[in-house]
Amino acid sequence: MPRWASHGRRVMKVIAAMSGGVDSAVAAARVIDAGHEVVGIHLALSRKSHADTAGSRGCCTLDDARDARRVADMLGIPFYVWDFSERFAADVIEDFVSEYEQGRTPNPCLRCNEQIKFSAVLDRALAMDFDAVATGHYARIKRGLDGVELHRAVDSDKDQSYVLGVLRADQLEHAIFPLGDDLKSTVRLEAEKRGLLVARKPDSHDICFIPDGDTAGFLEGRLGRSPGQIVDVTTGAVLAEHNGTFGFTIGQRRGLRISQPADDGAPRYVVDIDITTRQVTVGPPELLDIRGIEGIRPIWAGSPLGATPVSVMAQVRAHGDPVPAFAWISGGRLIVDLCEPIRGLARGQAVVLYDRTRVLGSATVDVTKPVSVPRDAIPPESAPRSLVDSTVHGSA
Amino acid sequence: MGPVTHRAYLDHAATTPMLPAARTRWLQVSEMAGNPSSLHAAGRLVRQVVEEARESIAADLGTRPSAVIFTSGGTESDNLAVKGLFWQREPRVETPPRVLASSIEHHAVLDPVQWLAAHEGAQVEWLGVDALGRVSLAQIEESLRGGDVALCTVMWANNEVGTIEPVRQIAALCREAGVPFHTDAVQSLGQIPLNVAEVGAHAVTISSHKIGGPFGVGALILDPALTLTPIMHGGGQERDIRSGTFDAPAIAAFAVAVQHAVTHQPAHAAHIRELRDQLVTAVLHAVPGSVLNGPVSTSGSSPTSGDEVRLPGNAHFSFPGCEGDALLMLLDAAGIDCSTGSACTAGIPEPSHVLLAMGVDEPTARASLRFSLGRSTTADDVEAVVRALPAAVERAARAGLMTARARR
Repeated sequence: MPRWASHGRRVMKVIAAMSGGVDSAVAAARVIDAGHEVVGIHLALSRKSHADTAGSRGCCTLDDARDARRVADMLGIPFYVWDFSERFAADVIEDFVSEYEQGRTPNPCLRCNEQIKFSAVLDRALAMDFDAVATGHYARIKRGLDGVELHRAVDSDKDQSYVLGVLRADQLEHAIFPLGDDLKSTVRLEAEKRGLLVARKPDSHDICFIPDGDTAGFLEGRLGRSPGQIVDVTTGAVLAEHNGTFGFTIGQRRGLRISQPADDGAPRYVVDIDITTRQVTVGPPELLDIRGIEGIRPIWAGSPLGATPVSVMAQVRAHGDPVPAFAWISGGRLIVDLCEPIRGLARGQAVVLYDRTRVLGSATVDVTKPVSVPRDAIPPESAPRSLVDSTVHGSA
Repeated sequence: MGPVTHRAYLDHAATTPMLPAARTRWLQVSEMAGNPSSLHAAGRLVRQVVEEARESIAADLGTRPSAVIFTSGGTESDNLAVKGLFWQREPRVETPPRVLASSIEHHAVLDPVQWLAAHEGAQVEWLGVDALGRVSLAQIEESLRGGDVALCTVMWANNEVGTIEPVRQIAALCREAGVPFHTDAVQSLGQIPLNVAEVGAHAVTISSHKIGGPFGVGALILDPALTLTPIMHGGGQERDIRSGTFDAPAIAAFAVAVQHAVTHQPAHAAHIRELRDQLVTAVLHAVPGSVLNGPVSTSGSSPTSGDEVRLPGNAHFSFPGCEGDALLMLLDAAGIDCSTGSACTAGIPEPSHVLLAMGVDEPTARASLRFSLGRSTTADDVEAVVRALPAAVERAARAGLMTARARR
């Protein structure tokens, strides 16, 4: 029985965040079926009407707002648009631009979950005497001995626990993810059965505020041109000019516009970005292998890690494979010592730590340690131990 | 919040339920087959219905049948008056003509005026209002003296805060200056006496669904001595000013609603005024810090005296610290249908340009609600608001605090 089902329990007042897509529609329907009092909310994240982007697959288009409203009509729940465009512009878009300006690669979806959906929206909902916010994210919330826990979704292809890794326990306490136990295909089928008009709508993938997908163009519009050179790491040769370091991400291969191939004909990747000299360095993929991460702004879904290294799985991309690692806190920073190298991790990305399916917490990548540099000494005060061994609810 | 058993509809200024007599007439005429512009017998029959409706409306409003131009509603009438009168004016090459418009107009006037400024070179002079939403006759007189005015437009009564404007005096000033005067009377009809000839306006906008007629029909009452440039060209109906096949059933039902509104205006105004006054007293008492926006209606003013200062069905409050849209949502959940009174873009309320023009600051403007009373309003509705409001205000204030904190 999911935690949010109301059988024999108190009826909750729930805000269903409705994007206009199939997932949030089914999520809202399920919370209603569970007997809760539900109000549908569509977040207006931009004051511009996106009438000209009807073909895009971002969110927040006029079509999406209309679809959300029609789903609410069909479900028979009140529906309102909440305007968070100012907060979104300040906390997500400005942050996105300034991170790129600093040579980092942010993940705006995490930022939106952290600052908007489960902060601004949740705060407002709680202030208005609602009990929880339900979304169509694929993740599970469970009750463990230490309280609320965030876990991966059953559908590993759709699992969105990574982008929710920025949520604290007090936020998770009021979050409802009704889809975490099901496969996406099941959810789509259910939408069809319920007659929801969004059942066949494609998933959204793009950054919602860059509907044409041209991130470099968007950033150039915001930051202006600031030309520099693209340099080969081995020969030091200048291979091309660029319009700004913000157009590049560590690990990027496509769109470098280098006419001259490498001597060995191997593809070249962005291996370094220097914002002071505006130099983008390219080289062979081996240089992208890292064996350690230092993260800032750690956020914990449950109890925080301490100075003692614990065995975890570390994930650095929304749909990347997690790798085994040891992690601990040192001087307020999260230190992650990877047991297997990861290729191509940009500063500004998030590293999310798991104990099997459970999300422990996350941090923003500040330093990546190439394989070539000697390994940090593991703090001497204690030997590495497995987190699994130390938790009572862990089981094989 | 327990389960809602009673719903109080207090948004009659947005639209009001259709009158049974209007619906009967609507259905009756919908069974007639002809096109009123056709010359055969079937057409003549429907034509007769339309002309009878025109005569009925003209008689009710103190004007001539030839002054009544049927349109699709208030927005079209406003656009037709504003753009049509502007375009009708002889073009002066040296200086583009001026337009005088109050700063508290409904968007159906505001936006065409702004559009004329942006696309047709109109020199717009926005007429300011005082803290109660009243335009200044002295300013209008002064502005008219500047000459070369294509039109002056000031609404008869404001849709948000209910302020009644001195349209009779403005019409007199405009007539003296030879300037066409348009007034949007959508909210006034049925609530205060409305006699076009007596007031002397050149063009008056009225709408059907605000007085118990069907949606999608309205009229521009245009001085037959004037003409204007049409927006829609086609079959040449309505003296070539408004082409398009007549919606005979809607027009006939509209005439029934106008007659009802005018005939019952004194009694209707007395009924809603009494309940409105109860509502205002009770809200100001129940919610400390709440503010009534717009003029305070003088108690004892006769419904026919014409010296009323506020629409009798209008109550508009600010609840400082709250957000209007949060209040709206909480009251909706508590069974109260009301409005912020101002326009919204894709469901997001904008701070009211009317309140801002009255000198209200933006946070307070966002903290506003309009309750508008109508035929079906009862004392139970007023009680329901007073019961639900304190808790809603408390929660909306908490939500407002969150937003304020986040903005810092």
